Amino acid sequence: MNRAAVEVVDPGPLSTLQDLGRTGWAHLGVPRAGALDRGAAALARRLVGGAVDDAVIETTLGGIVLRTRRAVTLAVTGAPCPVRVDRRTVDHGAAVTVPAGAEVSVGAATSGVRSYVALSGGIDVEPVLGSRSTDTLAWVGPARLAAGHLLAVGSPPSPSDLPEPPPAIVVRPRARELRLVRGPRADWLGEGSWQALDGATYVVGADSDRVGLRLDGPRVERRGGELPSEGLVLGGVQLPPSGQPVVFLADHPTTGGYPVVALLLDDDLDLCAQLRPGDEVALRTM
Amino acid sequence: MVVPRLVPVGTRACLVEVEDGPAAASLADWARRTGISAEEIVPAATTVLFDGVDLPGLEAALAGWTRGAVSEPGPAVTVPVTYDGPDLAAVAQHWRCTVEDVVRVHTSLELTAVFSGFAPGFSYLSGLPAERAVPRLATPRARVARGSVALADTWCGIYPSASPGGWLVIGSTDAVLWDADRDPPALLAPGTRVRFEEAG
Repeated sequence: MNRAAVEVVDPGPLSTLQDLGRTGWAHLGVPRAGALDRGAAALARRLVGGAVDDAVIETTLGGIVLRTRRAVTLAVTGAPCPVRVDRRTVDHGAAVTVPAGAEVSVGAATSGVRSYVALSGGIDVEPVLGSRSTDTLAWVGPARLAAGHLLAVGSPPSPSDLPEPPPAIVVRPRARELRLVRGPRADWLGEGSWQALDGATYVVGADSDRVGLRLDGPRVERRGGELPSEGLVLGGVQLPPSGQPVVFLADHPTTGGYPVVALLLDDDLDLCAQLRPGDEVALRTM
Repeated sequence: MVVPRLVPVGTRACLVEVEDGPAAASLADWARRTGISAEEIVPAATTVLFDGVDLPGLEAALAGWTRGAVSEPGPAVTVPVTYDGPDLAAVAQHWRCTVEDVVRVHTSLELTAVFSGFAPGFSYLSGLPAERAVPRLATPRARVARGSVALADTWCGIYPSASPGGWLVIGSTDAVLWDADRDPPALLAPGTRVRFEEAG
């Protein structure tokens, strides 16, 4: 039985499958993974009538090209980009039904970093440790997408089961601002360092990825010494002796030895998924 | 009896500080057996992270914990190493000895895998004496090669896959640290006794 619905023609710079991620394995060093822009991934699933934990495709800057082997309904959300079906432009942020044999081109992001492609019925791959997400730190989970990969989908919901589409999709432009609360090792900060963080502007570092958002800017003073390695959380802001903070994203290592001096508000994690190297971002302490 | 200290990590996680790695392992093991509800329970050098947990409930439950007995020694593994790491000279400088002495000391250590973490298959190996402690890099490398044998503080570790890291790399090994199709997947599961030898 050939259940393949979609073939990857060109995966772009980095395309992976992501669901809500895997929990319960951090003590073995397995990162959580999962879609970096959770809101955009959830919207894509909803547009095609998918379940909340369906795997979707996450692209990085350059988009992806797919070819359908049978008719599928899909939706592209997240970083804005041109979406074409056989060179005809279709809507971003809407469910689109594509006939068999069509080329679907999700173009390079015009702003932001990561676009999401949901397929009606959900992408059907074997879960690894309970999740269909690809972790890019240690490559636990399905392989990153490559040309020639075939993706199977589950049974699409019958039209009567489809939820009402959202009446309008409002993507509010977000201030490039990251809100911080004090972290478990805030006492490692030098005198006045916490106050200095408020309003400070940083540039997103070139080596930022799914593991962490690296911030280049004013050096944050901290005391010296070594902290015994300890467990890390999503959104933890780690401060190496260089004084340049790193915000931990979905593929963060599960333990580490630099102090976590601040925590990013959960609501601001999606913004981190869409910040490009070179973007300026302001910090706000709460 | 020492009551462990809770350090909140936001509103739904905390670090519980205990005296050492074995105590952390014991607390994590106890928490799993008692059925404490948490998304993640991560023992480490002197802490246990409880992530996705009800903080008041955890604090109340911790009153019932007493440190368990030290477990039996685990299996012995010898790891062959090529001592060609970029930080070998830096470690020799910290130890005020020659590079040859670093190799001699490292291959004479008897280490124990205390806890896992950082990345799948990464084990924190204890047994480096306090006077051999080395600081981490001021700026972590964005990429450390798979199989890198490295030191930080009094810990030794082997990178199971290429990843960012701030440990001082003294050598490399071909040993497969993590294989999802192997049972257990980790070569150096907690409790394993580890020695290093110079690869021939």
